[in-house]
Amino acid sequence: MAEGNVAEGNVAKGRPNVFVQLLRHRSGAIGLLLSLGFVFVALFGGYLAPYDPAAPDYLAINAGISAEHWLGTDNFGRDIFSRLLVGARYSIGIGVSASLLSAILGGLWGLWSGFAGGWIDNISMRVADIMFAFPGLLLAIGFIAISGPGIMPVILASSLFGLPIFARLARGSTLAAKELTFVEGARGLGAGTNRLLFKHVTPAIIAPLLVYLSLRTGITLLIASGLSFLGLGIQPPTPEWGAMLSGAQLYLSIHPLMAFAPGVTISLAILGFNLLGDGLRDVLDPRIRSS
Amino acid sequence: MLRYFIRRLLQTVPTVLGVMVVIFFFIRALPGDPARLYAGEDATPQEVALIKERFGLDKSLPEQFVRYVGAMVQGNLGTSFRSRLPVNEILTRHFIATFWLSILAIALAVVVGVGLGVGAAANRNSLFDLGITVLAILGISVPSFFLGILLIYIFAVNYRVLPVTGSLSFQGLILPSVTLAAASLATIARFARSSLLEVLGEDFIRTAKSKGLASYLVLRKHALKNALIPVITIAGLQFGFLLSGTIIVETVFNFPGLGWLLIQSINARDYPVLQGLMLVFAVEFLIINLLVDMLYGVVDPRIRYG
Repeated sequence: MAEGNVAEGNVAKGRPNVFVQLLRHRSGAIGLLLSLGFVFVALFGGYLAPYDPAAPDYLAINAGISAEHWLGTDNFGRDIFSRLLVGARYSIGIGVSASLLSAILGGLWGLWSGFAGGWIDNISMRVADIMFAFPGLLLAIGFIAISGPGIMPVILASSLFGLPIFARLARGSTLAAKELTFVEGARGLGAGTNRLLFKHVTPAIIAPLLVYLSLRTGITLLIASGLSFLGLGIQPPTPEWGAMLSGAQLYLSIHPLMAFAPGVTISLAILGFNLLGDGLRDVLDPRIRSS
Repeated sequence: MLRYFIRRLLQTVPTVLGVMVVIFFFIRALPGDPARLYAGEDATPQEVALIKERFGLDKSLPEQFVRYVGAMVQGNLGTSFRSRLPVNEILTRHFIATFWLSILAIALAVVVGVGLGVGAAANRNSLFDLGITVLAILGISVPSFFLGILLIYIFAVNYRVLPVTGSLSFQGLILPSVTLAAASLATIARFARSSLLEVLGEDFIRTAKSKGLASYLVLRKHALKNALIPVITIAGLQFGFLLSGTIIVETVFNFPGLGWLLIQSINARDYPVLQGLMLVFAVEFLIINLLVDMLYGVVDPRIRYG
């Protein structure tokens, strides 16, 4: 079964129309649009913002929706819409880079473990088990407790929990790919370890990793913004969405818009990546649909 | 059966040991000198040295590790830096609150989740099915800290029917447990739906239908039983995830459980409590996974002999 999995991943990868297929997949298309939109805002939001996200306007505190302030202002009179646009750099940027990091590092870990086999594989999978014994958010919080808050710590902390998952996935695919005839053939022809690993095995495990990467990005976003909500991630004057939401909770009874705006934005972003992940999974690899 | 249980139990032992090693090094990697923190701001170096000696912090790392494992095995987790109460006592108090919150949340998630999932599968492609699918993806996407704030706004600020903060009482548990349950409920509903749909497509269902069995009987007698086996695993895993969910939900509602305590002790740098909490969280997670595996062994004999 695992063999079929890898082979099919290969076929799907070779097909030119994954993108077209995804666009035909209704919710997948919505997910693609939403996630691309958020990535765009993360990259260029700073240039689009109509106001300085840090500039207070004490004459317009806790303002509602208006033509000047599309999403109102917060308790310092700062424009919420501008803060959201600028904050995407942190919220989306951190979430996406953290899940990329954990896919790359976890993928290499699993590739190495599965290819090495024997006691190395045994020990490294026990390590994965131990990491797995800590709930994701707890791992992240533990990391932050040691490193202190900051952008890099938050990225690293939110990538931690994905490592054992990607490692296991890559290891499973590697074990299956190792037995494939073309890999054995290459070995028989005298291909070295590096060539086997990166020329033959890696392409075979990329598809399942990619599907998982998109599925994980939503959860990573959730963890990263959760850290900031708890006060352990990006710190307040910075307009990270989780931190904005946390600051808004105090004003919930007098100015709920201050909480709703970042809350809905985070939810939409996570929704986008989740839909994209589901869509990609259906298109690329129907076999892991049930997980 | 017994052999499977014992084997599975033994497999957990090295993981628990590994977890203890990780926590040991974690606590020692935290910034700040624990003896200094315990002694307080204006302690003399002599006092700090005395405290170091008392807690064995002047010993070598391997020696400290042996003492640490010994104390853990005896269930002695030390004293809180902040309140000077035994960590065991503090943890027990907060554990009870989190325990009830999680039990209520998982019960809600399983009962409502399975119900909605089965309902959606039985009425495939109906409006109800579509509604459940949309609700399920929303449930996974809306972060619990926003859902919690939303519920507080609706029920506590606007209608004033429920308290803003959570507590260990009927009314104080409603909003936190619903918030905590939401994501798991959505996952379980989604999974129950797809699992039932898969089973409904099998040959034996067609046989049952073709011999004239009423469709609700086919569902109840044949399909459900087979469809719900994998749901057990998912529900168990979700119970594990609830643990980290409590950290956020308890913070949103100021609910005095383990998750709330975790954030408090990180901010107060209360390392003994933090160490105890890490252990409790990890062991809980392992126990739940163990129970799920065992339950799985009970309902599906193939696992036992595999």
